[in-house]
Amino acid sequence: MGEEVKLFRSWSSPFALRIVWALKIKGIEYETVFEDLSNKSPLLLQYNPVHKKVPILVHNGRPIAESFVILEYIDETWKQVPLLPEDPYERAKARFWAKFGDDKVLTSVWNVFIKQGKEQEEALVAAMENLKFLEEEIKGKKFFGGERIGYVDLVLGLLANLISICEEIIGLKIVDEEKLPLLYSWMQDFAEAPIIRDNWPPRDKMIVKFQALLDAAIASSSSSSSSK
Amino acid sequence: MADEIMLLDWWSSMFGMRVRIALVEKGLKYESREEDLNNKSPLLLEMNPVHRKIPVLIHNGKPICESPIIVEYIDEVWKDKSPLLSTDPYQRAQARFWADYIDNKIFQLGGKIWTSKGEDQEAAKKELMECLKILEGELGEKPFFGGENFGFVDVSLVTFSCWFYTYESFGNFSIEAECPKLIAWTKRCLQKSSVSSSLPDSLKIHDFVLQLRKKFGIE
Repeated sequence: MGEEVKLFRSWSSPFALRIVWALKIKGIEYETVFEDLSNKSPLLLQYNPVHKKVPILVHNGRPIAESFVILEYIDETWKQVPLLPEDPYERAKARFWAKFGDDKVLTSVWNVFIKQGKEQEEALVAAMENLKFLEEEIKGKKFFGGERIGYVDLVLGLLANLISICEEIIGLKIVDEEKLPLLYSWMQDFAEAPIIRDNWPPRDKMIVKFQALLDAAIASSSSSSSSK
Repeated sequence: MADEIMLLDWWSSMFGMRVRIALVEKGLKYESREEDLNNKSPLLLEMNPVHRKIPVLIHNGKPICESPIIVEYIDEVWKDKSPLLSTDPYQRAQARFWADYIDNKIFQLGGKIWTSKGEDQEAAKKELMECLKILEGELGEKPFFGGENFGFVDVSLVTFSCWFYTYESFGNFSIEAECPKLIAWTKRCLQKSSVSSSLPDSLKIHDFVLQLRKKFGIE
């Protein structure tokens, strides 16, 4: 019986990249369906009617949405090269750090990126508090998963690419090698790891995209503050 | 060797309630410690330094935080009794998807309803009802979200049911009027002792929120 695995993604979605990495690390054959998110296909809307977002994994015709959910599905369905640890307590810790990464770290880094002046300074303080927790967590390990890349690395991995892109655009260091040496080192190791390094989206396109996102964020915040 | 289980909790927290339900479903004995959220204990700060929030499950001295993560942990460790998640990966994925949906929507929208008024409140009401309708659609004709048996999604959502009266009262609307099947489902869940023993009375929650509103000057 042939397995049919399809991944709906966009060229830049960092959440979809998690799934690309997971599939490739496990050696799973799959077909990519690129979506233009400004013109979503009927199939995307059918497979993810609730959120209408990518990534979506479709396995033998059945869709799964939300990157954390997809990662766990992949790990449970294809058991080679496990992403999550076996021990329930270690699994709980991995899930905790993944959630912290998305809920807190990503949000606080985004705030540093889009805010200006005093607000940006405050955002940087908040981001540093969060990043310090990651610095503490990676102590004594090459990757969050230990000797090899695991679930937490795949979830946090977008930081290894996006942070330097944001830093270049705003001219401000977010992960300073001196202040967060272990995290900085992890970002280099992860970005250069086999499979990971072959799948980053084109940097020049990402710079253009994120500059546009920044411009839009600035425009909407200044218009909302002046329309009272 | 007996397991030592402690739960750092707060009586009105829907998230704490989820853990209570899971522990009772598994027939586990545990010590419950009520935190004063205005004066957090050294234990809470030590066990959850990142978020400093409840619920925190402490199992043989080791902390687990974040209610969906705690419930999955309980389900994995004590897997022989009352499983909350299916063994089938696709069913598990669906359950996790809906639990994530509930977590991203219901708490924030419900909270907006009792802390705001006018247009903001109307917008929150409208969106909450849309979400509950989507959930009611997902329930369909099944007795529980888990199918024949009470499961992970049921645990995740039912703890909001004791807050419904508060949302309805301050928002001036009726959830049952638009989602009768969902309300029927909450009543079905409440027939389970794990649920009825874990959820406080709706009126108690309402009075608590009344005090909060006075304290924060929300009229």
